[in-house]
Amino acid sequence: MARKLLLTHIDVPGIQSFEVYRQKGGYRAVEKALKTMSPDDVVEEVKKSGLRGRGGAGFPTGMKWSFLAKPEGVPRYLVCNGDESEPGTFKDRFLMTHIPHALVEGMIVSSYALGANTSYIYIRGEMMPQIRIVEKAIAEAKAAGFLGKNILGSGYDLEIHVQPGGGAYICGEETALLESLEGKRGNPRIKPPFPAVSGLYGCPTVVNNVESIAATVPIVNDGGEEYAKIGIERSTGTKLISASGNLVRPGVYEIEMGLPMEEFIYSDEYCGGIANGKRLKAVVAGGSSVPILPTNLALKTAKGESRLMTYESLADGGFVTGTAMGSGGFVAFDEDQCIVRNTLNFTRFYHHESCGQCSPCREGTGWMEKVLHKIEYGQASLSDVDLLWDIQQKIDGHTICPLGDASAWPVASAIRHFRDEFEWHILHPEEAQTRNFGLAHYADPLVTT
Amino acid sequence: MIVEFSDELLAKFAEVVARYPQGRQKSALLPVLHLVQAEYGWLSVDAMDKVAAYLDIRPIEVYEVATFYTMFFLQPQGKYMLEVCRTGPCCLVGAERIMKHIEQRLGVKEGEVTADGLFSWRGVECVAACGFGPVLQIGPEYTFYENLTEESVDNLINELKQKSQQG
Ligand SMILES: Cc1cc2nc3c(=O)[nH]c(=O)nc-3n(C[C@H](O)[C@H](O)[C@H](O)COP(=O)(O)O)c2cc1C
Ligand code: SF4
Ligand code: FES
Repeated sequence: MARKLLLTHIDVPGIQSFEVYRQKGGYRAVEKALKTMSPDDVVEEVKKSGLRGRGGAGFPTGMKWSFLAKPEGVPRYLVCNGDESEPGTFKDRFLMTHIPHALVEGMIVSSYALGANTSYIYIRGEMMPQIRIVEKAIAEAKAAGFLGKNILGSGYDLEIHVQPGGGAYICGEETALLESLEGKRGNPRIKPPFPAVSGLYGCPTVVNNVESIAATVPIVNDGGEEYAKIGIERSTGTKLISASGNLVRPGVYEIEMGLPMEEFIYSDEYCGGIANGKRLKAVVAGGSSVPILPTNLALKTAKGESRLMTYESLADGGFVTGTAMGSGGFVAFDEDQCIVRNTLNFTRFYHHESCGQCSPCREGTGWMEKVLHKIEYGQASLSDVDLLWDIQQKIDGHTICPLGDASAWPVASAIRHFRDEFEWHILHPEEAQTRNFGLAHYADPLVTT
Repeated sequence: MIVEFSDELLAKFAEVVARYPQGRQKSALLPVLHLVQAEYGWLSVDAMDKVAAYLDIRPIEVYEVATFYTMFFLQPQGKYMLEVCRTGPCCLVGAERIMKHIEQRLGVKEGEVTADGLFSWRGVECVAACGFGPVLQIGPEYTFYENLTEESVDNLINELKQKSQQG
């Protein structure tokens, strides 16, 4: 059995409550940190752990923390990113629903390390049940003396507040999230300055994903070195993978970094194979933004090595034959799925979610959607595939925030690996229509019925 | 719609404002708009103006936020708004079929309200439940219904009808 650090007690009845979480050793990390460690000691352990941000970019958490500016007399903030809107990703919701105290405990330890006395957990507004669960967990922790003034007699004060979002994928981008938390539209800020220098209310701020923050609990409890023993190379520890699509057992799994993708898909300990006895056609390994891979490149790298679930192995081959860990949103496509239709769907998503600040993203996503729509509905010519390629290239790298890139990569990779399928759609328009079961317009507002 | 915020609602507003540093009460805007929408079902211009006055910001600052975020309704909706996820992973497991079924069952197109005022439906983007698709959510509590089938959707609609008759 794989080691679990975050979901260890997931099956314990009542683990949602403070009492049971505490009985199972919860809040030991807060006691240890506040009573026996300095804030810098905590940062040091997180650095040693090699923990990398679980929100998508994979930036080393300890390093991010050490960049936090500490001018005298200016408050610092920790903001937890619980916006979780990347298609294919549902691990943070799972964690907050089932083990909310793991997040609250992690928030206390992390806020202490950063010297923040007020911290916010930004949770997407649709997760109203989770907002209530986390608020309850905060109240319980406070009643037990783990929050508030002079926590455990350490002299350290902390309040944690939950902030609901309003339904906007872009607010997962950290600077858009800060804008949203300030009560504004979610328009990403131009960087620099980075949040570490000027974040919430212009004060030094760290933004971290829910899972990253929860991971600081085992790191403090067992030490960074112990955490770093799990995994391979610069991919240390465990990772929550959200598995969806045509799998026998979709769901959230905690894996040790380094698990072969083939084992993750087919082993009964994890997804149990492809649903309905079908074959695997393609995989999106890290949320909708990362390049899609056909089965052969998903299971093995171009060099023929087993593809492992690590940052490095997933990225092996760059974007030509590789992909990225992203948020760990793992989507499996069976042999009957249509890549054109899915690419159209993802592109429509990015068009819908573009904040509209920069033209390449605002206009480009719309153009890509239109071209893909033409291809899907048999109104395109072969040159439209090149046009599509051209548009995505003009978006990639030319925008304020990475949403633009995120809209380009799925399109580029779909053309790169499944060009024949795009061409087949164009050359066989009538046959292609049968592949969307006559239903595609329910997810495609460009259709006027 | 002209609104008058109740003392109870105003007390909730005050609780939210207290979460932020002095002078940063604008941060309360999204939570306060959620509270208003939960109370009235949507955000009328009058309600938004009164929120602006309460938070001591300009009305445009409220409008620009209310129009940016998809959760806020600027028009009345059915009492139960069925929001079905229409993003890729859910479509792999039949989300469009569920949308078609809801459309036929309720007899209204996306965004329209049934004649009895009870239901409306729309497609929304990934709601972070992709492994349990197809899914739909119903505000203002955003209760979740997962692994939908045509049958479970029918049962849900019947339950909601009964619930509304009872109270
Ligand atoms: C369009 C977009 C959406 C994002 N959505 C999320 C999200 O939902 N959750 C998240 O933690 N990070 C998201 N990110 C990444 C954040 O900007 C940021 O890198 C992350 O929250 C940092 O936390 P970490 O270092 O712990 O991963 C998103 C980024 C972009 C560009
Ligand atoms: S890339 Fe898109 S989402 Fe990001 S700032 Fe520009 S327009 Fe907005
Ligand atoms: S795609 Fe439907 S919940 Fe994520």
